[in-house]
Amino acid sequence: MRTPSLVLTLSLLAMPIGLAGQGPAPTTAPAPSLDPSRLTQPLAEDWPTYSGDYTGKRYSALTQVDRTTVKQLSLAWTARLSAGNGAGGGGRFRFGGAPVIVGGSGPADLPAVPANVKGTPLMINGVLYVTSPDNAWALDARDGRELWHYFWRTKGSTPIANRGVGIWKDYLFFVTPDNFFVSLDAKTGKERWNKEHADFDQQYFSTMAPIVVDNHVIVGTGNDIDSPGYIQSFDPETGEIQWRFYTVPMKEGDPGLDTWPNLQSAKYGGGHPWLPGVYDPETRLYIFGTGNPIPAYTAGRGEGDNLYTCSLVAVHVDTGKMAWAFQTSPHDMHDWDSAQTPILFEGTIDGKPRKLVSTAARNGYFFTVDRVTGEHLVTTRYGMATNWAKTIDKKGSVRRNPIKDPTVPGALTSPTSGGTINWEPPAYSPDTKLFYVTERNGYAIYYLTDPDPRGSMGLGGKEEVAVGSAGNFLTAIDPTTGKVVWRRPYPSAGGGFGGGGGGGLLTTAGKLVFAGDAGGNFVAYDAESGAPLWHSRIGNVSNAAVTYELDGRQHILVASGDMLYAFALYE
Amino acid sequence: MRPGSAWVAAAALGMAFSVTVRATSEAPPQAPAQPPVIEGHGGPPPPGQPTPASPQTPAPRPAGPGGGGPGRFPAQQRPKGDPEVIQRGRGLFAGACGPCHGADARGGQLGGPNLLRSELALNDKDGELLYPVIKNGRPGTAMVPTALPDPDIAAVIAFVHDLHSKIGGQGNPPPGDEVELDIVVGNARAGEAYFGANCASCHSASGDLKGLATRVAQPKALQNLWVSGGRALARGGGGVRPVGAPRTVTTATVSPASGESVKGTLLRLDDFMVTLALPDGSQRTFRRAGDNPKIEIVDPLEGHRALLGKLTDANMHDVTAYLVTLK
Repeated sequence: MRTPSLVLTLSLLAMPIGLAGQGPAPTTAPAPSLDPSRLTQPLAEDWPTYSGDYTGKRYSALTQVDRTTVKQLSLAWTARLSAGNGAGGGGRFRFGGAPVIVGGSGPADLPAVPANVKGTPLMINGVLYVTSPDNAWALDARDGRELWHYFWRTKGSTPIANRGVGIWKDYLFFVTPDNFFVSLDAKTGKERWNKEHADFDQQYFSTMAPIVVDNHVIVGTGNDIDSPGYIQSFDPETGEIQWRFYTVPMKEGDPGLDTWPNLQSAKYGGGHPWLPGVYDPETRLYIFGTGNPIPAYTAGRGEGDNLYTCSLVAVHVDTGKMAWAFQTSPHDMHDWDSAQTPILFEGTIDGKPRKLVSTAARNGYFFTVDRVTGEHLVTTRYGMATNWAKTIDKKGSVRRNPIKDPTVPGALTSPTSGGTINWEPPAYSPDTKLFYVTERNGYAIYYLTDPDPRGSMGLGGKEEVAVGSAGNFLTAIDPTTGKVVWRRPYPSAGGGFGGGGGGGLLTTAGKLVFAGDAGGNFVAYDAESGAPLWHSRIGNVSNAAVTYELDGRQHILVASGDMLYAFALYE
Repeated sequence: MRPGSAWVAAAALGMAFSVTVRATSEAPPQAPAQPPVIEGHGGPPPPGQPTPASPQTPAPRPAGPGGGGPGRFPAQQRPKGDPEVIQRGRGLFAGACGPCHGADARGGQLGGPNLLRSELALNDKDGELLYPVIKNGRPGTAMVPTALPDPDIAAVIAFVHDLHSKIGGQGNPPPGDEVELDIVVGNARAGEAYFGANCASCHSASGDLKGLATRVAQPKALQNLWVSGGRALARGGGGVRPVGAPRTVTTATVSPASGESVKGTLLRLDDFMVTLALPDGSQRTFRRAGDNPKIEIVDPLEGHRALLGKLTDANMHDVTAYLVTLK
């Protein structure tokens, strides 16, 4: 009985291989020719930058998939990504794969980190550009077939994620965990040049998707050890640095220095801009969030506000000069960065139309600010269980209750250090006028284990034990008031310990919100009510879905680890 | 026979809906491991799951604990120095550098910078940056030239590099001397009163909690245990269940609009499916459509979860101070 079934299995397996092997493997993609001015247009057929467009809304104007037709959403194709230099690439259809182009200066024997897509694929002119740490792929957006694969041999570092590529004309840009800013020819995957944009010796590591604005390519740093955060702008042709903006004071006279005990402390104060920001073409301001101060959990940085950590910061894209800054949480003590990608939108506050920017921070608070002036307008708590704050001050910043800092006998605090939200992007719909975000309400006991008054370093000096949760939600907020309009629970059998919302959100003019729930389902929710309308159990969703239209057919593309799944209406 | 086969056989015989369900007091079938949602940096693992070496790294390569290993950072990748030289450097550092930089190099009373995160020290490959500063000092600062002979300076540099090689991922400092910290700071009598008012409906010091502090001797583990209701079992949330710690099993009764109710251990619940583990080891899944089937969940930890929202740190410390007396 065994032999026939084995033969049957083999013949089934052979079918797709045979099909994929019929033609010669392609080695080039069509020219993307993405004119940077395209990025200021509303988001529709393509997905040309990290958040879709510059506003951060992750809102697509496509309507083929809507609340009625979503019931017919069906699998169009899948692709498995194989990281590293093995087997000629090609994913599950190995014999049809493209050759791997290898760059980087690391040792040849360091094994590749398995592919895990935790960034945003771009789709331009029928080609998808997807990344995982040290790897970039071009895939045919119609069927997931690999066009080329670039692999970077790393020197080491912390490969937690890569958030995707940026594209300027025919050039593609991405960063590696060991801090190289790499430019590829988007057609062939051939390397144009690479530049070290942050110091590997200081344990910087890089995850951000580069953001292209005119002739600027903007990249930010990441690091958990005590080095300063910064963003840099590069020339897309040459990779030369145009400007660098530090998020913490680096020399005498820098603004915010009086909020640190001394320059030494400020210079090693963190504030890393982990994630892509947004851009307002009218003011030419690039607006982004900054990370937490370091040491993250202990003494060692005085009692001041530690500017400009945990802030929304606006810089002029041509000069890197700061226009305004708003601090969400002075003197954070829990590794709760405010690096989340903010969202630009228009709204009415007190009867007056305003140009606004909102962010839902890792610390459980929601903020809306005038994006032209930086004037604070709204601060509310959206993390239902969030319990660390003492007051909201006159500036709208949330001031901590020091008894909720890590203490020797333990402080029972919500959220966990992972935060109410982490890197997973939120979304905003101009149809419903709602801001959608994942809300997690975990509790942890934070113990101080290093009471040395000099403080610890990095994320050291504390022990954190998760002890329960008040539940996780897909949460819709009115960003003009900060009020939660509805919460859709992500149910789980773990009694409130479940996940949900992993990877982030997509919303469309079809009045849908796409998210992964706690049960491994990829779900389409009604953007008005939060009711689930369609789902497919593909496993834990690892990135925010994107949508694009090809040949008149709307695709919804989402990743679960090393797998990509494209859905479209059944035909 | 595997449980799965039993279920298939039962279904094939049309017996699936006539299985009599007992309340499960036995150890439940292991819930299928839910792959953890991979988050950004930071955050503990969910309770009951062991702390991964690096929470979000898909395939962490071990940090070289003493340099020279296949670590991910330059300081860990540098060839390991001669242990004797490093040891000599440690002594020299403590005497010559410690007063300003601290014997552990994390900065000292006299204001010397923390060398664990010093840009200069981290970038130094083989003394090319550190040697001139140690030898000649830094004019205009408190860093004065040293009279140490060159071999001693080299030993000090070897010691600093060795310290750097022990810096962990996410900037965790090199291990230092273990500091004993007493977490029992609360008032045991106040804790007993709180216990009487809030916990005694389910627990008793002479019943299920008798000898608790003997079974769980470490106060921190005890506090984690009782606050989480048994889910956070040890440091970092993982670890072995202490002998006698209560098993907490969430059960559910699923009642379809037509057909018999089924009761079992709740294995999975989302908006679309509910899965129960049945006493015979099989699993049963029901499709959900709105309120059908009806699902009644009994979670013995409901009380603990409700407590999280109202428990103050003072309450928590008081109750812990009381529970550590239950030897």
